Amino acid sequence: MHSFDYAAPDSVSAAVSLLAANPGARLLAGGTDLIVQMRAHRREPGLVVDAKRIPELSALTFDSGGGLTLGAAVACWRIYGDAQVRAVFPSLVEVASLIGGTAIQGRASIGGNLCNAAPSADATPLLIALGATCRVVGPAGERAIAAEDFCVAPGRNALADGELLVSIHIPAPRPGSGAHYLRFIPRNEMDIAVAGAGVSLTIADGVVTAARVALASVAPTPLLVPEAGQAIAGKPATEETFALAGEAAKAAAKPITDMRGTIEYRRHLCAVLTRRALTAAARQAQGVH
Amino acid sequence: MSQPAYSVIGTRPIRHDGADKVTGRALYGADFQMAGLLHGFVLRSPHAHARIKSIDTSRAEAYPGVKAVVTAADLPESSDRMVDIGEGETPLSYVRGNVLARGKALYRGHAVAAVAAASLHVAEEAARLIEVEYEPLPCVLTAPEAMLPGAPLLHEDLHTHELGEKTSTASNVSEHFRHVMGDSEAGFAEAEVIVEREFSTSTVHQGYIEPQNATALWNNDGRVLVWCSTQGSFVVRDATACVLDIPVSRVKVTPMEIGGGFGGKIPVYLEPVAALLSKKTGRPVKIVMTRKDVLEGTGPTPGSFLRVKMGAKKDGRIVAAQAYLAFEAGAYPGAMVGPAGMCVFASYDIANQTIHGYDVVVNKPSTAAYRAPGAPNAAFATESVVDELAEKLGIDPIELRLMNAAKEGTRRADGPKYRRIGCVEVLEAMKNSEHYRSPLGGPNRGRGVAIGFWFNVGLPSSCTISINADGTANLVEGSTDIGGTRTSIAMQAAEVLGIPVDRVNPTVADTDSVGFTAVTGGSRVTFATGIAAYEAAQDVVRQMRERAAKLWSVDPDTVEVDRGQYKQNGHSMSFADLAARIGETGGPVVGRAAVNPKGVGGSFAGVVVDVEVDPETGKTTILRFTSVQDAGKAIHPAYVEGQMQGGSVQGIGWALNEEYWMSKDGAMMNSSLLDYRMPTSLDLPMIDTIIVEVPNPGHPFGVRGVGEANIVPPTPAIANAVSHATGVRMTRLPMNPPAVMAAIWSKG
Ligand SMILES: Cc1cc2nc3c(=O)[nH]c(=O)nc-3n(C[C@H](O)[C@H](O)[C@H](O)COP(=O)(O)OP(=O)(O)OC[C@H]3O[C@@H](n4cnc5c(N)ncnc54)[C@H](O)[C@@H]3O)c2cc1C
Repeated sequence: MHSFDYAAPDSVSAAVSLLAANPGARLLAGGTDLIVQMRAHRREPGLVVDAKRIPELSALTFDSGGGLTLGAAVACWRIYGDAQVRAVFPSLVEVASLIGGTAIQGRASIGGNLCNAAPSADATPLLIALGATCRVVGPAGERAIAAEDFCVAPGRNALADGELLVSIHIPAPRPGSGAHYLRFIPRNEMDIAVAGAGVSLTIADGVVTAARVALASVAPTPLLVPEAGQAIAGKPATEETFALAGEAAKAAAKPITDMRGTIEYRRHLCAVLTRRALTAAARQAQGVH
Repeated sequence: MSQPAYSVIGTRPIRHDGADKVTGRALYGADFQMAGLLHGFVLRSPHAHARIKSIDTSRAEAYPGVKAVVTAADLPESSDRMVDIGEGETPLSYVRGNVLARGKALYRGHAVAAVAAASLHVAEEAARLIEVEYEPLPCVLTAPEAMLPGAPLLHEDLHTHELGEKTSTASNVSEHFRHVMGDSEAGFAEAEVIVEREFSTSTVHQGYIEPQNATALWNNDGRVLVWCSTQGSFVVRDATACVLDIPVSRVKVTPMEIGGGFGGKIPVYLEPVAALLSKKTGRPVKIVMTRKDVLEGTGPTPGSFLRVKMGAKKDGRIVAAQAYLAFEAGAYPGAMVGPAGMCVFASYDIANQTIHGYDVVVNKPSTAAYRAPGAPNAAFATESVVDELAEKLGIDPIELRLMNAAKEGTRRADGPKYRRIGCVEVLEAMKNSEHYRSPLGGPNRGRGVAIGFWFNVGLPSSCTISINADGTANLVEGSTDIGGTRTSIAMQAAEVLGIPVDRVNPTVADTDSVGFTAVTGGSRVTFATGIAAYEAAQDVVRQMRERAAKLWSVDPDTVEVDRGQYKQNGHSMSFADLAARIGETGGPVVGRAAVNPKGVGGSFAGVVVDVEVDPETGKTTILRFTSVQDAGKAIHPAYVEGQMQGGSVQGIGWALNEEYWMSKDGAMMNSSLLDYRMPTSLDLPMIDTIIVEVPNPGHPFGVRGVGEANIVPPTPAIANAVSHATGVRMTRLPMNPPAVMAAIWSKG
């Protein structure tokens, strides 16, 4: 590994000043992407800014309306260890338990998963499906970015120089709603998604009233597919309906052929995973287990 | 046949090295520390094939903290000769060329230079300042491609050895051999059912958990001291001496604990480099590979292209077989296609056979042995074809194999006739297993069976046993312990001495302290080093009888020994009591043996496997897996089962997901354990085992080696099961989900 400087500020403003003064500096949350990349010389920041002493980045709070504000550096184990998160956002708990294994989950954060901007990031499609927004602070002040707009290219996010992600806000789930993320991997753990589908939907009287579908690993960024939601809104919550969303996801996917799969195979998986994820989310929405 | 009653053999004692391993106290090469230790970093070629026009190390040498830089220019340039370093003869220039590239880089990951510094990070940063001027050349990555006329040549001076004759054809084919028995064309004319198919397998890695490492000190007295992780300390000694052009007596190798090898830790990579860096700095230098180095820079097992044709009569008798085998050696010749040619039809008694084998160099890492090297590739083809024959003939696949099974007296196409073997017994154990007799049940499922063979080897081993006054024995041997062999060797000595195995204290010694011992490979340790321990223990017993005779003033020949009790005409003393009196009866008792046993017993193994294939994703789940193997005699049954389970798991990985995924320009794209998908515990069912015991007449307790044959049948058994589950014949490894899905789509 190359030699670099390290700083551990204790406020967002101090972190912003450090990042602004050192172009190319990277924030360190769990480091489970960053340190691996530095060891492989894929990123060589001159300064690493540790996020873990900044209170706002490590906070996990529910607002009065039931929405969740997740500090950008909160590690996965805190998510599945929190009783209220388990009750309100079971899909988030599933994703936090999916990333890596126990050791990785002791460090890895959802914010890091998003900021790393991998097309295959497992948490990002779910955040998109749940309608999450990102609170960003930088030298010019504060702004909000929708989760679906946060990644711009493989390994590149929408943050400008000096900006950092402070927290992610997930709105309270509507009554009769469910969400699920499903990825396909050749092994049963420790693998990178060949394709993934994060979905949320609301069902009233057996009819889908709203749905969001986002895909992993089939485009340069995690991909929101509005057509998939539109294809099933107003239709009965059945497997046949969900298959329509699957076809829309398949049509929207723009995968490449690489060591994880061919274009044809990945597009096919989008249909399968979207249908299966919606089926699981519908069961949750209708209280069936 | 009634088995002799043993007191130690066949029991399951805890291993002598167990406490150190479970407490983390066992010392592996990366743990090695010494005053003044420097850290080495190896710079590797980014190109799969390139001429090295120049190397400028000046900026690296000037980097603060750097102590030395070496390249191939620091290696001696003695004339080329054949050297035996572990598994057969190799030209010295190949061994040396693979240690540090000279003139050309032949694969991505080929070592080009190395730096020593007080810190690894400094060494690594400095290595990046070495300026290597490369002229990239076109590369070839598969055997069929490399065999085409006009293919880019790796070695301009490599001439094909054609059916035993040296030719003047410059080619990537280093050898073409042929085995013929009977007349296969006449056999096919007589056959009523014929199946012929082409198969291919990808390059796969052994996947040992511990990366290669070496520390070397070029001492002031001119001796080179090495501490490393190896399957053979004498191999490292001899290879390091050859590469550095110094006498073997100047090198002393101390083997550290080893975290797996499977054949991959027979070649030397780091030891000579660390020694050169130490020579330049006068300090000990340690080099430890990263996982990427391991995957890109050490020897995996060959990818292969195979064509197998077999013909049978309607009654199931297989009358003819042909095989065409083209194996990728990697950068230097030696693809293990030889053993593949000997094993391809080894499980069967077939009168008419023709086998062609091609050893082909390609721009991938120089391949090394991997557990029964060559045999799994060959069995994948043969056992798939036999399965299809069984389908066409309407005969149960195990019955068909039994009808044609090799037996004592069966001749293989490469010449030898079998002595007593257990092929039939293994097949019968499969047939009678609860697994094979139980229904498969459920949609999208398939069951597959296959068998496989591996010769095993003998080779030299040495052992000494010294008796302590408290009735215990110190056993010193030279086989690095990979599968619990300290204990299985100590058990054989304990059986002869008539004492409990915890009274034998085994040590794996350095190359100065024990007689020559060949590699831990070829499933030979429990067999050959076991015989050395058996003979050394017999030597102890002979001396102990003399001591008893002395105490009793009788003729030693009249002293009888029964399970450690020494008796003569009313006199009786235990081994422990006699040991307490060795001081007064003549001093130390040391038994010794140096052996080179010839009575090797080959081993057969079989698999029954059930799979389920997700028809929408092509993902295969292994539902149930039974491994059957002839151990001859299981000295320590738990370790035999461990070998069978390990070979099975590696076979499952090879079958389903493992492969070197190469870019067109020869870069391995998945050189991490995240992307090189070996199975994890979550991908596997419990591997059930059935040990078959058909004693090997060439070993005093009947031992056959059990380390390898178990990896031969898994890939075809799984291919047969997946084929039955999907209705499409799978002919390429790995059968990963995209490949299985493509096969399902191909059905239309
Ligand atoms: C063994 C292993 C298994 C893995 N398995 C999975 C898996 O199953 N699924 C999956 O999706 N990923 C997996 N990963 C990748 C990784 O663990 C996840 O992406 C994880 O969520 C990253 O979080 P982190 O906190 O460790 O991020 P870090 O490594 O700390 O940061 C990631 C990137 O985001 C930047 N960053 C972090 N926080 C901020 C912020 N607040 N503002 C601005 N930039 C920021 C960093 O500078 C860095 O570039 C695995 C990694 C390993 C090593």
